[in-house]
Amino acid sequence: MAFITANWNPLGDAFYRKTELYEMFWSLRDGLRDSLIAAAPYGGPIALLREPLRRSPSTRPQLEIYSASGVSITSFPWKSGPVVYLGWSVNDELLCVQEDGTVLIYDLFGSFKRHFSMGQEVVQSQVLEAKVFHSPYGTGVAIVTGSSRFTLATNIEDLKLRRLPEVPGLQGRPSCWAVLTQDRQTKVLVSSGPELYVLDNTSCTAVYPPGLSPQAGSIVHMSVSFSYKYLALFTETGRLWTGLSNLQERLSEVDTKQAATPRQMVWCRRPRSQQPSVVLMWDRLLLVVGSCNDTIQFPLEDQSVLVGELDGVRIISSSSQELLQEVPLVCQDIFKIASMAPGALLLEAHREYEKSSQKADEYLREIKEQNVLGDAVRQCVEAAAHEYDPDTQKALMRAASFGKCFLTEFSPDQFVTTCRELRVLNAVRESSVGMPLTHTQYPALMTLQVLIDRLVYRQFYPLAIEVCRYLKIPDYQGVSRVLKHWASCKVQQKDLTDEAIARAVCAKVGDSPGVSYSDIAAKAYECGRPELAIKLLDFEARSGQQVPLLLKMKRSQLALSKAVESGDTDLVYTVVTYLKNEMNRGDFFMTLRNQPVALSLYRQFCKLQEPQTLKDLYNQDDDHQELGNFYVTSSYRDKRLEGRLAQLQSAVDEYNKAKNDFAAKATEEEMRLLRFQRKLDDEKGAGLLGLSLQATMEALMSLGLHKQAEQLYRDFRVPDKRYWWLKLKSLAEKEQWEELEKFSKSKKSPIGYLAFVEVCMKNNNRHEAKKYVSKVTPEQKVKAHLAVGDLEGAADAAIERKNEAEMGAVLSRCSASDRLLMDKLNRARVTAAKK
Amino acid sequence: MAHSARRDSPELPDLSLLKRLARDQLIYLLEQLPGKKDLFIESDLMSPLDRIANVSTLKQHEVDKLYKVEHKPIVSISDQICFLIRPRIQTVKWICDVVNADKAAGKFRRYKIIFTPQKFYACEAVLEEQGVFGDVTTDEWAFYLLPLDEDIISLELPEFFRDNFLAGDQRWVRTAASALHLLHSLFGPFSKVYGIGRCSKMTYESWREQVEQGEQKARHAEIGNVFLIDRDVDFITPLCSQVVYEGLVDDIFRIKCGCVEFGPEVTSSDKSLKVMLNSQDKVFNEIRNEHFSNVFGFLSQKARNLQTAYDKRRGMDIQQMKTFVSEELKGLKQEHRLLSLHISASESIMKKKTKQDFQELLKTEHCLLEGFEIRECISFIEEHINRQVSMIESLRLLCLLSVTENGLLPKDFKSLKAQYLQSYGADHLLTFSNLRQLGLLVEQQPGETLTVMESKVGKLVNDRTAGKLTDAFSSLAKKSHFRALSRKLNLVPKSDEEYDLRVPRDMAYIFSGAYVPLSCKIIEQVLERDGWTGLEEVTRLINGHEFAVTGADPKSKSDAQRIILVMFLGGCTFSEVSALRFLGKEKGYKFIVVTTAITNSSRLLEALLDNNV
Repeated sequence: MAFITANWNPLGDAFYRKTELYEMFWSLRDGLRDSLIAAAPYGGPIALLREPLRRSPSTRPQLEIYSASGVSITSFPWKSGPVVYLGWSVNDELLCVQEDGTVLIYDLFGSFKRHFSMGQEVVQSQVLEAKVFHSPYGTGVAIVTGSSRFTLATNIEDLKLRRLPEVPGLQGRPSCWAVLTQDRQTKVLVSSGPELYVLDNTSCTAVYPPGLSPQAGSIVHMSVSFSYKYLALFTETGRLWTGLSNLQERLSEVDTKQAATPRQMVWCRRPRSQQPSVVLMWDRLLLVVGSCNDTIQFPLEDQSVLVGELDGVRIISSSSQELLQEVPLVCQDIFKIASMAPGALLLEAHREYEKSSQKADEYLREIKEQNVLGDAVRQCVEAAAHEYDPDTQKALMRAASFGKCFLTEFSPDQFVTTCRELRVLNAVRESSVGMPLTHTQYPALMTLQVLIDRLVYRQFYPLAIEVCRYLKIPDYQGVSRVLKHWASCKVQQKDLTDEAIARAVCAKVGDSPGVSYSDIAAKAYECGRPELAIKLLDFEARSGQQVPLLLKMKRSQLALSKAVESGDTDLVYTVVTYLKNEMNRGDFFMTLRNQPVALSLYRQFCKLQEPQTLKDLYNQDDDHQELGNFYVTSSYRDKRLEGRLAQLQSAVDEYNKAKNDFAAKATEEEMRLLRFQRKLDDEKGAGLLGLSLQATMEALMSLGLHKQAEQLYRDFRVPDKRYWWLKLKSLAEKEQWEELEKFSKSKKSPIGYLAFVEVCMKNNNRHEAKKYVSKVTPEQKVKAHLAVGDLEGAADAAIERKNEAEMGAVLSRCSASDRLLMDKLNRARVTAAKK
Repeated sequence: MAHSARRDSPELPDLSLLKRLARDQLIYLLEQLPGKKDLFIESDLMSPLDRIANVSTLKQHEVDKLYKVEHKPIVSISDQICFLIRPRIQTVKWICDVVNADKAAGKFRRYKIIFTPQKFYACEAVLEEQGVFGDVTTDEWAFYLLPLDEDIISLELPEFFRDNFLAGDQRWVRTAASALHLLHSLFGPFSKVYGIGRCSKMTYESWREQVEQGEQKARHAEIGNVFLIDRDVDFITPLCSQVVYEGLVDDIFRIKCGCVEFGPEVTSSDKSLKVMLNSQDKVFNEIRNEHFSNVFGFLSQKARNLQTAYDKRRGMDIQQMKTFVSEELKGLKQEHRLLSLHISASESIMKKKTKQDFQELLKTEHCLLEGFEIRECISFIEEHINRQVSMIESLRLLCLLSVTENGLLPKDFKSLKAQYLQSYGADHLLTFSNLRQLGLLVEQQPGETLTVMESKVGKLVNDRTAGKLTDAFSSLAKKSHFRALSRKLNLVPKSDEEYDLRVPRDMAYIFSGAYVPLSCKIIEQVLERDGWTGLEEVTRLINGHEFAVTGADPKSKSDAQRIILVMFLGGCTFSEVSALRFLGKEKGYKFIVVTTAITNSSRLLEALLDNNV
């Protein structure tokens, strides 16, 4: 603790420190010599290809992939062409750029994913140098060919090759170049002899770094900062120019007094850096050059590789890995010797408190007097976040917690989030996991989501789940997602039986929300394990989700029943359409027959779109009743009578087959009626076709064709009542009173004679109505009299029948002028009541 | 109302939120097609749309001209056309014709189809088949629920009934479930869900699935319980003549989307008048649930009160007069207008309904419900058919006869049908086929002639064995046996007691004291028992699929627990709404009725006609 500043080196106003991250796990026989090395930023993996240009097929070079802490992930002999460059994409995919311009993409575990080419002409001219770069658009690849031409691909996910214009006077390999992303454009900065050019899509422009000494000579090395904002140029005379990458402004120019070209040159900054610097590496020397002309020198014992990070530089050697970074201001404030910053005092106070010394109180008092206890706590918490060593973190957090006790109304949020974050970071920094993320890197570009994804990608499932649970991420985004990936990975394990995998998956995943068994099953099917896929699909609770995969697997019957089960008719319909196209008609109908829901759905559709199919469906089922109905329905669509009759005849046949005598007979009668109507229409132009029997008779009667009406009455066995009503109404309406009278006498009326009275009245003929009153049955007498407005008659009838209710009815119709009648009725009522 | 409501009745949630949501989404969809456009609206969406967004709102969002979808070539000259339609294949086919005609004429336009409440795969399949899939953009307007009143919500999907119960097409089930889900997310979480019927069960399951897929927010529930019921659980109630004011108005004038059009005979002018019928109309609100026989008395009392209010003017000084004019007069005038309207409507109803025929019709219905003098009823129906009183009414009586008697005797079945065909044409063969499929008009099967068998057996053996045998027989019956249900649930009050319609005792008042609506009775019983225990016999007779599920745990005995959402799948009648309102008043509940559409006997049967395909 006391020596926390021991590895601090001043550079201008700032300090730089070099912290050891790992003792590397790997044991490399030949160190990093003669190898192509690529290490991804954000604590990403390291790829190593030994002697990449060795061409003899007998001894193939070995491609090795390690975690950042040197744990071997995979290793395999390189069987493709000679590799010029290795690089990592933002998704932790390894890009291997071959001499012939082919770029091969491998995943973290060394399985080949895909490849693409940087253009046909490259095969001829060969790739001299290549660079993989990251921009807001994704990962890009830039190459320079043997004919000194540059080709760019800004995003390998959406490959568009851009061949850049020629650089004047450039022959062979340029002395150095870099890729810049500026104003949403990717450009190449290239040094050719004494000149410096910027290449963009269309032009090649010569540029001059402002303030570069004329005697500095040509540029032999260049480096762009992590954010593409700054540029460093190293000249043949050992001068280092730093400035903005748009070449508008110079920061500094320093003479490094080193004549040799550095092996590697990387910017070392952090967001809100006080003293940005450039790290240069030679075989035995590491030089940190600040813009203040100050330098720090570190001797190098071993060949190393520099990895530029957002907030520093990682130095990987064959034995260890270190992080070189500017000491954050807050750490500086706290740990600087004799610092009087509030945080420093609080840390001291806590230290004394631990020793049970009363000095603790003095320090605290001092802080409180300045009224900066809040700041002190904040400083400690912030500094803890930046520290790499867990002990230092703890000391700072304890101090913060101690200081917090003396504060009221201090929000604990920062303290809590930092504690959580540190736990997670410490866990992933663990050398077995090997992701040396810093506090700055973690939230800035690496969201929690990405962190979990990376853990999942590296198959650290238990850790990922722990992190999710610890950070209380909703299951949907957290645990479930991890489980889903785990299961997808699990189904690919070839050494396990289908049964075992299905059981294992089910046991782990259970019914976690958001994990779709159908997705897992789809994965299993992709891996060529259809049986496993079916087993897994059984666990899928939502039947609808099973359907697409089942269809893909050609289990259409099962798909249909699952679709029906899901209750989603759209899904059922999708499957039905699919089946219709896949199967022959017979099988298709048979399948539908076993699924009533699908069948009715399809029927509905056919009714509107394909009536013929509907008929076929009924035929298939021997559903004669429905077939009969079908013919009846279509008979109404037929305009011609012959067609209509033919349809109806078919209907009769079907009804007969269906043993529906009633319908068959009714249809036959309809046919007879139609023929009859047709005949009359032809003969008399009666316009009867299509009318109902009743309407036909009505029409006939109103045309005076009583004979024909009577024929219908007999032929169709029309009930007497109906016929009598009809005739009665018709005659009355036409005021054929004589006819009516004759009719009434033709036989005893089946509808009684009250009807006659009422109909006559309705047609305003009281005289005729009265004729029938006498014929009415005794029970209806009163009513009949009332109907014709004969109160006296009604009264007499009622009195005769000694019916109180009827007397009442008559009374209610009497008006004041009928005094006599009323008296009579009342008297009768009294007598009736006495009895 | 003659009877006073319980004081502790809970407050209903504000359903107008549903309208606002629908309007906002519609506007958003219209804005998706920027610039001037012509809007074609499916004819039966016109009225619902009018409740959501009026013409000026549409114009504000650059709708130029409005047309009704008429399945004819269009005349619009706009280069952007928007179709607002139900997901029906016929309409989509028509749109395809429009687009193809434009293509043939070399006309370029932009087309957008907005399906409401959702689109179906079949519709898109048609677009694809007709080769216009790429020419149109499609969208969904999730307009599931239209609040017709503060306690009635309609899905405005009359075709639900026929599609689901007759054709067995279950595509609307998800729609119903989505509607329920919408209500759940706005007014839930529901703590209890009861239901009966196959469709209800499926709706419930589909809804649960949606709930599980979505995120759940802990909220304060405004609606505590839900009851789902299929229309085919109770066909009796919608087949009866309605005699409560609102139901009568619907039977006679047809209320459309909460609005009725009174013809010249009511308005006593030569113009028709459209009137909104809801609780905003104070006069209507007081008589809507009353038996018709009370309405006149009430209205005349009201008229007298109004006169007294007007009469206050006499003897007022200037100042008082001023306040009277500014505060009361407008309200009085409004009330006056409404009052005279309802009085003439009632008169018009009286003219139609107090005739001898109607009394006899009601008598027949009551006899059928009681199972009394069935022969006389059959003759009445026969005469009804013969005299061609009304096509639908005759059919209604036939169905009522069949459902209450558990089918017709083969002889009657044949002769009544034959006579009906003679009256109204042989095409009704198809109607009969539909009715048979739904079990509305069937022939008694030898095993099902329960009453006959029962009486025969009863004579042979002693009473106890007869009882057992009855049970055995009724288990043979496939469909609901109305008589047994009626006995079990006491649906038909004893006729020897006088029923005072002014002071209703139970829900039977909505049918003049002759019958308690089965659907409402079931709801009452289940709520009372908090489940189906003790109703096993009933559910067996109805043919099951009952369920009761406890969902979210109610935090407290809050008011929301006494608000019950009743969802009728396949439609409900105004009489049932009135009955539930009555039940709510008696028991301190508040019911909110959600229905796929408001129905009545005519709508129900017209949906089953098949002669105009």
